[in-house]
Amino acid sequence: MTQKKIVYPYIPNSAPEVKAQMLRDVDASSVEAFYADVPAALRIQGQMDLPEPFLSEYALRRHVEGLLRKNTTTQQYLNFLGAGCYQHHVPAICDEINQRGEFLTAYAGEPYDDHGRFQSLFEYCSMMGELLEMDVVNVPNYDGFQATATSLRMACRITGRNRVLLAAILGRDKLSRVRDYLKPEIEIASVEHDPKTGGMNLKHLETLLKTESAAVYFENPSYLGSLETHGTEITDLAHKHGALAIVSVDPISLGVLAPPVRYGADIVCGDIQPLGMHMQFGGGQAGFIASQDDEKIVMQYPSRLFGISPTRVPGEYGFGDVAYDRTSFAKREEGNEWVGTAAALWGITAGVYLALMGPQGMKEIGEGILYRSRYAMQEIGKIKGVRSDVFSAPHFKEFVVNFDGTGRKVAELNAALLRKGIFGGKDLSREFPWLGESALVCVTEIHTQEDIDRLVSSLKEVLS
Amino acid sequence: MKNITAERFTNGKPNLRRFHQARWDEPVIFELGQPGQRGILVPEVEEGIKSQVGDALAGIPDGLRRKDPPKLPEMAQPAVLRHYDHLSQENLGVDFNIDVGQGTCTMKYSPKVNDQLARMPEMTELHPLQDESTVQGILEIMYRFEQILKEISGLERFTLQPGAGSVAIYTNASIMRAYHEARGEAKQRDEMITTIFSHPSDAACAKVAGYKVITLYPDPEGYPDLEALKAAVSERTAGLLITNPEDTGIFNPKIAEFTRIIHAAGGLCSYDQANANGMLGITRAREAGFDLCHFNLHKTFSTPHGCGGPAVGATGVTQELARFLPVPIVDFDGQKYFLNYDPADSIGKIRPFYGVAPVVLKAYAWVMALGAAGLREVAEVAVLNNNYLMKKVLAIHGVAAPYAAGKRRVEQVRYSWQTLFEETGVHSEALGIRAADFGVHYWTSHHPYVVPEPCTLEPTESYSKEELDEYAAILEHVAGEAYSDPNLVRSAPHNSTVHTIDHHPFDDPQQWAITWRAYLRKTGQER
Repeated sequence: MTQKKIVYPYIPNSAPEVKAQMLRDVDASSVEAFYADVPAALRIQGQMDLPEPFLSEYALRRHVEGLLRKNTTTQQYLNFLGAGCYQHHVPAICDEINQRGEFLTAYAGEPYDDHGRFQSLFEYCSMMGELLEMDVVNVPNYDGFQATATSLRMACRITGRNRVLLAAILGRDKLSRVRDYLKPEIEIASVEHDPKTGGMNLKHLETLLKTESAAVYFENPSYLGSLETHGTEITDLAHKHGALAIVSVDPISLGVLAPPVRYGADIVCGDIQPLGMHMQFGGGQAGFIASQDDEKIVMQYPSRLFGISPTRVPGEYGFGDVAYDRTSFAKREEGNEWVGTAAALWGITAGVYLALMGPQGMKEIGEGILYRSRYAMQEIGKIKGVRSDVFSAPHFKEFVVNFDGTGRKVAELNAALLRKGIFGGKDLSREFPWLGESALVCVTEIHTQEDIDRLVSSLKEVLS
Repeated sequence: MKNITAERFTNGKPNLRRFHQARWDEPVIFELGQPGQRGILVPEVEEGIKSQVGDALAGIPDGLRRKDPPKLPEMAQPAVLRHYDHLSQENLGVDFNIDVGQGTCTMKYSPKVNDQLARMPEMTELHPLQDESTVQGILEIMYRFEQILKEISGLERFTLQPGAGSVAIYTNASIMRAYHEARGEAKQRDEMITTIFSHPSDAACAKVAGYKVITLYPDPEGYPDLEALKAAVSERTAGLLITNPEDTGIFNPKIAEFTRIIHAAGGLCSYDQANANGMLGITRAREAGFDLCHFNLHKTFSTPHGCGGPAVGATGVTQELARFLPVPIVDFDGQKYFLNYDPADSIGKIRPFYGVAPVVLKAYAWVMALGAAGLREVAEVAVLNNNYLMKKVLAIHGVAAPYAAGKRRVEQVRYSWQTLFEETGVHSEALGIRAADFGVHYWTSHHPYVVPEPCTLEPTESYSKEELDEYAAILEHVAGEAYSDPNLVRSAPHNSTVHTIDHHPFDDPQQWAITWRAYLRKTGQER
């Protein structure tokens, strides 16, 4: 490490003359004066052993770009991976807005200095509210996993019960998160699925509901892409037994699919990554929770809820925190769960997305995804030994492809596809052994007929 | 021409800025646009697909089809852009102000080059489930960054999964729980100890993990009370979640004694280093006896705060606790980087996939621009700035820095305007709102207000001496107004985007309106 004194561009007062003057101003002979409370035994001796820095911006950029160029992107390869992180088109305006320093570098100011953040997040919640037909939507939490886990905890607080029933078809990672989060006091039971349709086994649900439960939870579409077509029956059963119905949805489906409130959901949750966030290796996730405007439910949200209010000037909109005393900011461990930094910028971005898309855009994108994924299912299903109709229910965006009839393993097929510049569907063989050698294939509006045909022909070549 | 410049100074000192925040009087987005307008067109479905599929909705039962289109705005693209540009201008990011007022938040400069790097398609267009051979670059960055955090903390393994500081605290509480479970002591050890000047999440997250929370209050000098700790520990102690220096900016010199006492009782110690800005290269979790720690990359490590995320709470543990970390962790076999799902007793997943990778990338680039000497410089200047500002602020009539009288502070100070309040009746909150009229932030404190009429300032390393002078001058001016014209302060803001907000609806279920549709309903407006 060089001993030369460096003036760091990010640190204005690292200029030696300035530093010396400031030390004199506070009557300190050196910065050691400020660390008098740190015992010598706790002090780092010498300098930390860190890599040599790239002091010039040029050298830094070259270094980091060099590392990043070792990646292969979904622009270079054709991608059919989904499973919770989705490749959709990100409108230019979404990036334009979330790159603005006013939003990107702000944090936790008051409704006066940060009025724009409050209004844009209120608008995001409001547009989600229209999509979901619900009056209450939270400021984003971390991700869809957290949204599910918190929704379940909310249901337990609302009902005063400590058992939740989850649809059996659930991503194993999400289940892992939920298990950890509901520990130790909340019991989890799994509702069997109908192996033919992929939907919930209503008889089993009824049996499980005989034991007092706080919530029945399912996803629409499921983790495996199949739609639950008996939503009303499920929520009716839940309500009959005093449980809440919680439904997780893919918000990009709601231009064509009914919002879960229409089939009886009390709490709706999910991940907004599809609404204008780049995939970013899984960095674009953000969670939402929504409900009707029932005080009993609202008071159990842990998240921030922004409300609209008059100011002392007629016609001026003001915003602020609704029922702040619910939160851990106000009450520490007596608040609901906790609140903190999560994914606000992605909420603002999703608002921009919904404003750009409007009702017509959401309808068209939903239909477009249905068309393309159906086309892909049909074409893949024509390949000898390959099944794409594992579940008979209609699907949205994703579907299971089973290769058992080919005698080949998904891992091997995906490796071969990779050599052809294609990221094949997620290998499900370890996550869902009962599905045999199966992959979860994701098709969105970004796929052209040619893209899908290329996947099909490549699969045929690889299998032949 | 006259000397305009001279008129910008009084007695040799620059006048305060005649700031006025943007006031676009912006409608709520639902008031904009016209039916039929479009903000973006989506790719059309090709005829070849349509003709083969037929009805895209076939098989979807009636009850699962959307009947009424969502009442979203219908706007042309430039109108959407202008609306959000207006709102952005009504928001005060770090890029625009001397952001020393949001204490505990470490509002430092987020280098633009790092944002640009994180926008490269080689970062943004990666699916997390791609074959490992195609994501070696980002895995290498995550691996390298873990090595850096290990050196900064002295701990031995990190997960980058937690999506911010609070969930990192939760992760640590969950790991402690798994550790005690593995030893068959989970039932017995049901208490977690924290301090009142540690972040509220240290208490709240422990509660979610199933713990009874014991909160220690400071001794008369403002240090966490060692005698109170001794009285609190028992065979029920699971662990300690503590910040140091605490939100007061006071470093607890007996921290190693704290961890020793917890260990002697069979508990674990977790260091909340959300804000480690004054400690880089000075002292580490390891030497103070901690078993776990976490860093907020959006604070100490410079990544932009994004109005409250996305973020990362990097969580570190000793080798002994590594087997409990969330999966996967990133490893290197000498040839390639890979995702390791091994840790046998893992608490499982904390987040989908592996964490917010672009935030890790920005933090990595920040460290690589500074190196060990640079990080030490960050800490030293942050602390120097803080003590410099403290001297300036304490010269203002009506303010004090409670506890540890006459002592220095580390990276921030919790001030008290109690004297000013007693002499003027003006609360600290009102001073903060008035400060916004001069284009700066100001924050009081978490609740409860242990320090009366609190104000927490944290200058970080990112502001020049002149900027610190300017911030102090604003505070001095506002405090002076509290004495000379208290109603001017109480009726603030005057130069902000909006005026005094009516807070009553926010706590009244009949009136609160969390969405536009609720607002329309509660105000009797037709759609």
